[in-house]
Amino acid sequence: MDELRELYQALILDHSQHPHNFKVLDSANRTADGHNPLCGDQITLYMTVENEIIKDISFQGQGCAISKASTSIMTTILKGKTVAEARAIFDKFQHMIKTGEYDSNEMGKLAVLAGVHKYPARVKCAILPWHTVVKSLQTDDNSEIFSTE
Amino acid sequence: MSFDINQIRADFPNLRQEVHGKPLVYLDNAATTHKPQAVIDAVSRFYGEYNANVHRALYQHAAEATEAYEAVRDKVANLINAGDRRSIVFTGGTTESINLVAYAWARKNLGPGDEILVTEMEHHSNLVPWQLVARDTGATLRCIPIKTDGTLDLDDSDKYFTSRTKLVAFTHQSNVFGTINPAKEIIELAHAVGAVTVVDAAQSVPHLPVDVTDLDCDFLAFSGHKMLGPTGVGVLYGKPELLESMSPFFGGGEMIQTVTMEKSTWNELPWKFEAGTPKIAQVIGLGAAIDYLNEIGYEAIGEYEKKLTDYTLERLAAVEGMSIHGQAAKRGPVISFNLADVHPHDLAQFLDMEGVAIRAGHHCAQPIMQRLGVPATSRASMYIYNTSEEIDRLVQSIENTRRFMTGN
Ligand SMILES: Cc1ncc(COP(=O)(O)O)c(C=O)c1O
Repeated sequence: MDELRELYQALILDHSQHPHNFKVLDSANRTADGHNPLCGDQITLYMTVENEIIKDISFQGQGCAISKASTSIMTTILKGKTVAEARAIFDKFQHMIKTGEYDSNEMGKLAVLAGVHKYPARVKCAILPWHTVVKSLQTDDNSEIFSTE
Repeated sequence: MSFDINQIRADFPNLRQEVHGKPLVYLDNAATTHKPQAVIDAVSRFYGEYNANVHRALYQHAAEATEAYEAVRDKVANLINAGDRRSIVFTGGTTESINLVAYAWARKNLGPGDEILVTEMEHHSNLVPWQLVARDTGATLRCIPIKTDGTLDLDDSDKYFTSRTKLVAFTHQSNVFGTINPAKEIIELAHAVGAVTVVDAAQSVPHLPVDVTDLDCDFLAFSGHKMLGPTGVGVLYGKPELLESMSPFFGGGEMIQTVTMEKSTWNELPWKFEAGTPKIAQVIGLGAAIDYLNEIGYEAIGEYEKKLTDYTLERLAAVEGMSIHGQAAKRGPVISFNLADVHPHDLAQFLDMEGVAIRAGHHCAQPIMQRLGVPATSRASMYIYNTSEEIDRLVQSIENTRRFMTGN
């Protein structure tokens, strides 16, 4: 119980009640929907990508505390990163969420989510926004739906 | 037999388990129920003492297995008052039963211009098969809407039940709202326009006396695992004359009479629809579950569940920020709800830490979630072994979570 409380404490205080970049981005040239049908997590990501740089990023949607906090933190991290950097962070984040192992220099604020690996059913919630971003970066089509099912 | 809750609880080994160091409070019975020792013993006695394939061999155990297997067909026929044992087909579950009707009846009898009528409160397993039939046959899928109280809106029934309606498929009891639908009325409306009816009884047979003769339904489907029985077995009831008129669904052993290289003739009902080695152990386990339910009796079950449901509704309604979905007067022990500012997923995770198992999600009924305008709900569903003390623990855990998550 205490571990769970600790995990949530960090998330809630940080992001899920007051998510960052929680808005529609008018300048976006890429949007992507992420959907976790099993739980009902649903996010729409907006990105302005120019010259392989994520100039701006925001999101809208509804979801559990873990998915919301994960999305919120992700947007603060990815703003200003290159597409290649975003992919590299995604790989490390995915490793951390699945195993709990991470390098705190690399993960920074994302490390508050490391405890999610103890709750395998929730890994999907934390990873949903990242899959959504990576998917939309992969394609030239500017509208994508990513589903975890 | 009187309803002795302590005796009943003692019959279920799983209820003695602890989860995260707390005694288990299992409130996900709409998904699947626990098994009494009698069911576990029946399955293990089959495997341990008279394991054999059915219907084929001449030795002692094969005869015993066949007798045990076929005896359950009579138990099922009695349970739902089917009159004719030939109308009881063993399947893998509700989903398989419905798909059997979709493939072996609907695809053969529907075409462009015909309409299939379902309701807005269907489980995906009584919706998706009909979407596929509509796609393959050119028939149109229509839907009876629900009202905000979680009951069907049958006010303008003329709009839905028309001369084009060929098949009406609906759930007897909602797995989200607990609503018990007026099955007899719907079947009468369907028959008045000449439509065939399919009743999804997955949530009703575990809790209510279901009488297919009185209902006059054409097909009815349910699952063993939601009524104390094993997973992997379900029932399709069909009126014998309809089943008789249908071609087989699966081809293979058991369902044939004579086979040449060119063609085969079919076995009689119900074996025409039971191709291959059937679910012998599961069917025998289902028989033990039916015996167990009959011994308590549906009347006692209904009374006990009603009291417990009323108590749960009352306790939940008093929680701050609580909205309960569905206020049907006639309902079963299934309650869906949302708590303001707490996502169902987070709630279920915290409850798990307290040993309380509820369900969070769309409950295989995404159209209902869309209708309610929520991404997901939490759901507590009770059965004969749950107690008001367990409901107190549910409510206490919800309160604790609410305070923690909202900070007040
Ligand atoms: C109303 C209803 N119909 C159908 C089903 C499907 O049952 P099964 O998964 O056993 O085939 C369920 C079970 O979740 C249900 O609640």
